[in-house]
Amino acid sequence: MAFARSDSGKNPPKMPTAIKLLIAGGFGVGKTTMVGAVSEIRPLRTEETLTDRSVGVDDLSGVEAKATTTVAMDFGRISIGQDFVLYLFGTPGQERFWFVWDELARGALGAVVLADTRRLADCFPSVDYFERRGTPFVVAVNCFEGAPVFDLDEVKLALNLGPDVPIMLCDARRRESGKEVLIELVKHAYGKRPTAAAH
Amino acid sequence: MNTEWNPDEERLLDAPTIRPYVIARGRTEAQDRFDLISLAVTVRPTTGAEIGLDPEHQAIVRLCRRPLSVAEIAAHLDLPAGIVRVLLGDLFDRGFVAVQQPQPEMNVLDERMYKAVLDGLRAL
Ligand SMILES: Nc1nc2c(ncn2[C@@H]2O[C@H](COP(=O)(O)OP(=O)(O)O)[C@@H](O)[C@H]2O)c(=O)[nH]1
Ligand SMILES: [Mg+2]
Repeated sequence: MAFARSDSGKNPPKMPTAIKLLIAGGFGVGKTTMVGAVSEIRPLRTEETLTDRSVGVDDLSGVEAKATTTVAMDFGRISIGQDFVLYLFGTPGQERFWFVWDELARGALGAVVLADTRRLADCFPSVDYFERRGTPFVVAVNCFEGAPVFDLDEVKLALNLGPDVPIMLCDARRRESGKEVLIELVKHAYGKRPTAAAH
Repeated sequence: MNTEWNPDEERLLDAPTIRPYVIARGRTEAQDRFDLISLAVTVRPTTGAEIGLDPEHQAIVRLCRRPLSVAEIAAHLDLPAGIVRVLLGDLFDRGFVAVQQPQPEMNVLDERMYKAVLDGLRAL
């Protein structure tokens, strides 16, 4: 869906196809760390606000409402040659930020749900959300020192994951590890792509 | 919008927070046009003399000499993403930038895309 105008004088330069990947999970689970480990740029931060979407912000009350509903997201970028650019968004894990999730998940290729075995329940909302929405996702258990080591099958059971949802261990600080998680995700999303079932 | 700016009110509010909303003039219709990963690129530079372009518009035009996403523009200019969408809508309508929307969904034509992305990630 090219949106570029032909009457804007020159032909617009060819742009890469942008692809969105999400990194979700509870607070402090390592989302920003993973974004930073794999990104080619230092993670950037952007803000979304609820009032942006729903209220014309001409009056002071709108401004006040904005102050209470701003959500900051960290994101990074991975260029794949000239043709594709991946954007990785660290997604806040709390359910009350649903308005950001909906926007982020729209058109996303897939999501990584990061889990910490010390606080496994923190990733339930993310798992629920992507299941309900049908967004392909993988679960990556971030290995913090001193965290209880569970068998991945046990974690899978505890999260009540479908049999086809990939689950793996990772170290969010390591680029290689983040890369492996993203490769798993893209492979999984490929099998789940909308047309894959239809054919 | 109210063009009379009450200085007493202004002092109550954090100016850097307010400013973007003034630029955007309360418009919201442009916001659903652009995704956070919609890419913008400048196709016509501004001269600085255009009527109705704010410094923030000019800043976007300068920044987008190479394609940048809405999220990146917002981060670089320290503006909320919603405001960047509105400003980009203005610039697009006036032919200063081209905007490329992301694929609405991945379809079978994009089988090559998955392969290219996988190869690209493996090669990182
Ligand atoms: N030991 C260890 N610490 C980590 C790991 N991943 C993240 N951290 C640390 O955990 C803290 C929270 O990580 P952060 O990425 O900010 O979490 P976020 O809230 O999910 O974005 C930071 O101090 C990180 O350095 C990991 O794999 N191992
Ligand atoms: Mg974070």
